[in-house]
Order: sequence, then C-alpha cells, then structure tokens
Amino acid sequence: MNSAPRLQVESGKVVLAGEWTLAALLPHLSELESKLASEDLADHLWDLADVSRMDSAAAVLLWRAWNERWPGRLEVSAMHRRMLERVATAPLTAVADVAPPPGLIERVGYLVLTLIANIKGLVVIYGQMLLDLSYLFRHPSEMPWREIAANIYKAGAMALPVTALVGFLIGVTISYLSALQLRSFGADLFIVNILGVSIIRELGPVLVAVLVAGRSGSSMTAQIGVMRVTEEIDALSAMGVSRSIRVVLPKLLALTVTMPLLVLWASAMALLGGMVSALLQLGIPFAYFFENLQRAVPVANLVIGLSKGLVFGFTIAWVACHFGLRVKPNTESLSANTTRSVVTAITLVILIDAVFAIFTRSIGIPQL
Amino acid sequence: MTARAPASVVEMRGLSTLIGDHYVHRNLDLRVEPGQIVGLVGGSGSGKTTLLRQIIGLLHPAAGSVRLFGHDLAAVSAVDQRAMLRRLGMLFQGGALFSALPVFDNIAFPLRELRCLDEDWIRRLVNLKLAMVELKPEHGKLMPAELSGGMVKRVALARALALEPELLLLDEPTAGLDPDRSRTFADLLRELKSELHLTVIMVTHDLDTLARLATHVAVLAEQRIVEFGPLAEIMAGDHPLVAAFRGGESTKVM
Repeated sequence: MNSAPRLQVESGKVVLAGEWTLAALLPHLSELESKLASEDLADHLWDLADVSRMDSAAAVLLWRAWNERWPGRLEVSAMHRRMLERVATAPLTAVADVAPPPGLIERVGYLVLTLIANIKGLVVIYGQMLLDLSYLFRHPSEMPWREIAANIYKAGAMALPVTALVGFLIGVTISYLSALQLRSFGADLFIVNILGVSIIRELGPVLVAVLVAGRSGSSMTAQIGVMRVTEEIDALSAMGVSRSIRVVLPKLLALTVTMPLLVLWASAMALLGGMVSALLQLGIPFAYFFENLQRAVPVANLVIGLSKGLVFGFTIAWVACHFGLRVKPNTESLSANTTRSVVTAITLVILIDAVFAIFTRSIGIPQL
Repeated sequence: MTARAPASVVEMRGLSTLIGDHYVHRNLDLRVEPGQIVGLVGGSGSGKTTLLRQIIGLLHPAAGSVRLFGHDLAAVSAVDQRAMLRRLGMLFQGGALFSALPVFDNIAFPLRELRCLDEDWIRRLVNLKLAMVELKPEHGKLMPAELSGGMVKRVALARALALEPELLLLDEPTAGLDPDRSRTFADLLRELKSELHLTVIMVTHDLDTLARLATHVAVLAEQRIVEFGPLAEIMAGDHPLVAAFRGGESTKVM
C-alpha cells in the first residue's frame, strides 16, 4: 500500500490516491494546497476511488477546495462519501466576534465594582468569623483545635528558620550602615537607640509580615483554592461540616496567634545581628548593649510592635481566605487569586503600618 | 512516512511496573494488532490505567519493554517521540481538560500545536468533532467547569480524536454516560474503526460497551494479562474474573 497522498490533474479529471489522513497530509500540505487552488477544478471529474483512507481533516481540505459545493462528477467509495457528507453538513459557526477592548470609563467602573465585591467578601468573612466564634463559645466541644494547631505549626514553627535568617541579616546590615554614619559624628553609642526603636517598633513586624504573606498567605489561598477546584469544600458542606469553622477560622486564629510570636523571634534575631555588627564595627560590648537597650527603648515600643504583629497576622489570613474562596474552578483563576492575595496582603500591611505610625506617634519615643 | 508497518501497534514484553516499592505489573505480555478493539478488564486497582500510562510513556518500565508502532518510545529521539505521540489519542479517566480554556480551545489545542492548519480549517474540524460526540457548536464556548460529567467525557473524547489518531486509548470512556449515549458512543467508535482502521485499547467496566464494541478482551489480574483473545472466546472461558463479568452480563446485556 503506497501511503503518500497523491493528486494528479489530467485532462478534465482529477485523480486522488493514497492515504488522505492528517498525518500523511502534513508533509505535503503546501504542495497539495497550491495544486488544489491552482486552477478551477470544479467542473472536472473527481476520481477518489483509489484513496485508501480519508479522515475528516482531509475531507475538510477537499470540501474547501470545492468551495463548499459538491463537484458535478465525483467517484468515491460509499465510506468516504459518508465522511465528506459529514463535513458538508457540519454546522459552521461564525467567527466569534472579539469584544472591543473596554474604554477608560468601563475599566474604572470594573475596578470599582471589583473593589466593592472584595470589600463585601472581606466583611462577610469577618462577620462569619464573629458568628462562628459566638457559636463555638456556646458549643466549645466543636472548637477545631487540631486544625488550629496544624496551622500554627505550619505558619509558625516551620517559619522560624527563615524569619531568623532574614531578621539576623537585616540587623547586621542596618547596624553596619548606621555605625558608619554615627562614627563620623562621634555618636557611636546611639546605635543602641537606633537599632532598638527601629527594629522592635517598625522593622520586625513589617519584615515578618512580608515574609509570612509570601509564605503562609499564598499557601492558604492556594489550599482553599484547590479545595474549591476539586470540590472538597462542597464535600465538607455535604457532610454537614461548616467550611468556615473547619477551613477559614483555624487559619485566621492560628496566624493571629502566631504572628506576634514570630515578630518577637525575628526582632530578637535582628537585634542579635545588630549587636554582633556593633561589636565588630564599633567595639560596643554585648553587656553595654543590653544595659542600654532597656533605657533607650521604652517598653511601649514592644507593645506596639507585638500588636502590629497581631493585626498583620489577622490581615494576612483574612485576605488569604477571602481570595481563596474567590477562586473559580480553573487553574488560571487559582494562580491569579494567589498573586492577588499576596499583593493585597502586603499592600494592606504597609497601609496599616502607616495608620499605626500616625496614631502612636507620641507613644514610646524616648525624650532626651 | 513509509507504508504502514505490519508491526503490532502496541507490544509489551516482560513488562514490570514498579511504583514505590510495589509491583503493579510483573512480567506482563500483551500484543495489540492494527484494527483490534481491545477491552482491558480487571478488578479495581489491578493496574489498568497504569498500563495505559506505560503505553504513552508517562511511566518507565522497571523491566521489559513497551513498543509503540514498532518502536521503543524511550529509545527514539525527542522529535520522533512527538511524532509517535501524535499518532495516538488518549482519553483520561477524569477528562483532563485544560480548565483554563473553553471547550473549543481544548479541542483545537492539539490541532494548533501542529502549526500547519489555518483557523478556518481548525474551526471546521473542531465543529466536526463536537458534532461527532453529539455536542453543539455553542457548547464550544463553555468552560470545563460548567460541563456535566458526561459532557466532560465527550469533550475529552473529541479532543482525543482531534488529530485523527491511529491508536485510541480510552480510560473508562462510558463511565458517566447514560446507556443511550454509551450505545451511540460504541456505534461512533465502530464507524471510526471501519473508516480509519482505528486501533483501540479501552479500559471499561461497562459490559454493554464491551460486548458491542470489543473484538478482543484482555483480562488483567495477578499483575499480568491472564487471558487475551477474541471476545467470544474469553467470555466463554472459565477465569473467575471473567465468570464474574459474565454473571453480570446475562442480567445486563439483555
């Protein structure tokens, strides 16, 4: 059996032979197409009797060459005629008209509507959390302790190494840069004040929040999102298990509890890094550092830092759960919402940090 | 491409599959000739789907060899490998549709990957495939998540057929279809087979489809193919698994 598709134009006759299938056509496609289009072959006798196999791709090719009309004279086996008939009668949809790109007003309107929908979603999660908490207060046996513990372990204990490393390095860097400046003023000893206030009050919480948003926020969104894609969330509901109590609430509570502890840990590591750097650069001994830290940094700063951690932790989990629940059952939506979750969480954290800075501007700054 | 080799479409010799530290297949032999429609039957968890994954090279044999269209898939170059995989269509058990693409683009995907066909041609072919599985062109706009279970199966079949494959691998093609549809499905495959000399390997639990469609039956049990032969022969055999199947058949096929 000779398999290459062949096309011969004789006087008033077109002879097709060989294997007319997509796989066999591909190597000869341009040649065959140009032959078919070269002249008006519609009045010729089409002899398809020697075609050994014909699939729908080849049938479409022929049907288009015939300008979607049956040629006047056609010799073809019954089986291949059926294939051609199928192509002939196939419904042909118009090319889907592409919607014009939305105008400026439409786009702004869309953004506003999305914002409103997001705010609404966040409010719903918050309200549901309050309802769940009041329900759990009345039915304490249903408290999802295991899920909370698992989330604390995943978002907290597992994050200890990375937050320690990043905190330590940031401490070293800031201490080093400050030391260079301070030495030129002869104000070496103020390194304790600078490091203490900036790390405990500002850097520690924000640094940990950014890390946790990237690490735990994204994983929470992805987890809830995949549960939506695979209908696991629906399965939970079908078993009468509240998805807000089992899935959302443990994440909210766990991250709210964990974040202040992580902030404490990362701040301590950053201070340690700063101390090491101060010792090497300025020769300030650890003992001096410790002694003066208490004097230079009022304890209010620690309270502010830890409460920031509390609020940031809740915000990250809140945003993560919201976007997780917005995932539509397809992979594109999953990745888009995970990105949105992390970006929104970090933006919100920095916004909230600014608000904190305004409201606590007269608290905890040592008066010299 | 040269004349179609008389070689078997799929030939497995002494195949062993190791997943983790557990042998799914051990010393398994199977030969599928062109034009056969082989029904692969076996208990749940006996490694039927794993066998299909071996055929298309998603798994590598721990021992023995798998030859597809006469070539060892692992031994040929990447270009030949792609060309070989284009000659087969696989219907995955869960459909495995691309969830981010609408139905139309799902079916058009393998055609567009050829980079030879123009959009009009592709559109006609996709509509043809949709019509083949009894879907309307309007369904092309739906997203996979909006489809019913049976529709997912049919769209997945349309996608598997998009490249006019010589070998069709079907994993539970009629699960989730109503009896009427699975009958039409069997008729469709039989027609395709007579037109295109299609070879089919299908995993199925549906006796109706098996009886209507299969020319041969392979029984997978005890980590190997325990019986393989023409449908009637196997159904008359006395393997316990077949007997269990037959027991169901008398009540179901009638």
